[in-house]
Amino acid sequence: MTAMTSTMISMLEARGLTKHFGGVRALDGLDLNVARDEILGLIGPNGSGKTTFFNVITGIYGLDAGRVMFDGADITNASGRAVYHAGMSRTFQRSRLSLPLSIFDNIMIGNHKRLRQGLWFNLVRRGDFKREFERSYAEARALVEVFEPALADRMFEPVAGLPMIDRRRIEICRALISAPKLLLLDEPSAGMTHDETAELMNDILLVRERNRHLAIIIVEHEMGVIERITDRCVVLNFGRKIAEGPYRAVAADAQVQEAYLGAA
Amino acid sequence: MSAKREIAVWPGAIALALATAYLIALLGAEKQGVIIALLTAGIIFVVAAASFGLTGIASESFNSHEDAMAVLAVGGALAIAAFFHDNHFVLLLVTTVLLYSVATLGLNVQFGFAGVLNFAGASFFGIGAYTSAVLNAQTAMPHLLVLLCGGLLAALAGSVLLLPVLRTRGHYAAVVTIAFALLLKTFLEVNDVLGGPQGMQVKGMRILGWSFNDNIEIGGISLSFYMNYFVLSLLLLVVTFVLVRRLERSWVGLNFDALRLDETAAGCFGIDVARWKITAFLIGNFLIGVAGALFGMVGGFVAPNNYTFADSLILVSILLLGGIGNPWGLVVATIIVVVLPEKLQTIQEYRFLLYALMVIAVLLFRPEGLLPRPVRRYFPGWRP
Repeated sequence: MTAMTSTMISMLEARGLTKHFGGVRALDGLDLNVARDEILGLIGPNGSGKTTFFNVITGIYGLDAGRVMFDGADITNASGRAVYHAGMSRTFQRSRLSLPLSIFDNIMIGNHKRLRQGLWFNLVRRGDFKREFERSYAEARALVEVFEPALADRMFEPVAGLPMIDRRRIEICRALISAPKLLLLDEPSAGMTHDETAELMNDILLVRERNRHLAIIIVEHEMGVIERITDRCVVLNFGRKIAEGPYRAVAADAQVQEAYLGAA
Repeated sequence: MSAKREIAVWPGAIALALATAYLIALLGAEKQGVIIALLTAGIIFVVAAASFGLTGIASESFNSHEDAMAVLAVGGALAIAAFFHDNHFVLLLVTTVLLYSVATLGLNVQFGFAGVLNFAGASFFGIGAYTSAVLNAQTAMPHLLVLLCGGLLAALAGSVLLLPVLRTRGHYAAVVTIAFALLLKTFLEVNDVLGGPQGMQVKGMRILGWSFNDNIEIGGISLSFYMNYFVLSLLLLVVTFVLVRRLERSWVGLNFDALRLDETAAGCFGIDVARWKITAFLIGNFLIGVAGALFGMVGGFVAPNNYTFADSLILVSILLLGGIGNPWGLVVATIIVVVLPEKLQTIQEYRFLLYALMVIAVLLFRPEGLLPRPVRRYFPGWRP
């Protein structure tokens, strides 16, 4: 049902996305819609183009063909900067935190657009800077507390010493702190146990409770996660969409089973 | 600031007092045997203190009371200057340390913060020095303004490199700066207006009629004229230190770190990589240029051979030695690199060998430098 109503107002609308790497078609005319308040699961075998999709819409790769509309604006081949400022933020498959920096610093990197960047403000008006710093600290702390209260007391410790699950949490906080309209999660369960993943998903849903308009696209191999949290799934194979719909319907699809298990 | 666990001021204060006393002894020592004994004692003492965990306590105290420590450090520098108030040689040496520290702080903004390698540090230093040579001789510009011009000109000359530095990464950008260093030296050598290979004289500083090149006589005590330069250099270092510290402890410093550590991720979070690389490069060159302009007046002479690629390497080795990104470490490393060969006359010839050995030793045994950079605290002592 949600799938029906949500396709009406799109947050993200991608048409005919095509990306080649040499002779390989990583994306081959992919159409994809995400509604304003939707959680979309993006699944498919390895190499089917899921991460490439994230990379072309966040400005890391240029597109060979296609068009991307985000919240009514054309962001086709926009830079990573522009996409972030438009309200999209992401996590990476392999964690890309800045390890020597503290938890707070890493989260503030994600908060870039809400921090004043002028040299004069940063160097001379230290009183104003301190107020902005304290406000940001309170926000970051509140967000971290949702995920792991124990981490909230360690905001100025380097990320390097933390276990994988905490790094993931911080990476997701970094993506969420700027209150994006669309969050891209690239395999949040990678490198974590089943229970840890479940916990992380609960926390993400908790954050979404507070921000109902946050749309999420999640790439994930753990089908339990996909089943539990997504409203709708899109299945990719060889850069094409081979199925679309609620998880149960998609999982039962013969083409999908073939893509995952090979022809019977 | 009230802390949950109070960290005392005195361990840091004692460390600074010891360092001051040690430096006075070292700078005052004349005989090679005494100097070598002092150096050996110093190394043994530091290693012993480290193995008893004393250095950890001192550095903790340093980090939580940084402002007080900075005031004490300035006091230490003044004490050294007061002790050697009529000694030209020592005051010149100390002034050199101060100005090299300013230059390496500039280099630190570029490499330590933003990750932009600059192997032309000495060239920008030289541009500053040549600026004061020309402006002091040809114009009546107030000399403090000349210092500013030295910095601006270095930044301007450096902007020639912006495009190649932005379009290349890592080692390739470094090669571009090496090319610049070689070009500049050749340019100075063939340019007769700038004195060619012989270089040119630099007029001493004069502020509101006060000539810096005259010895000072106060109530029967005579001070070396280098005292003038020492005081001004100390002021310059304090201002630079505060500036670099504030830069680090701001969103700008965070941008620098973010783009140094992961340019792609930084771009994905809206950080304008080009803008901040340019900012770091220009600020760094400006600081190096100002230091060079004053150094030109201190030395009274500039020549192309004083600003070679080898000198740039010394600046970079100070950075590696001190602890990349930590301004305190840089000052310590500058003291070691500048003072050691001057006092140890026997190794003067082998100074580059010594630097090389020191850098290799540091990279092997303490890759983050003598004083590694601690995690950023935006306001030291601040507790939520």
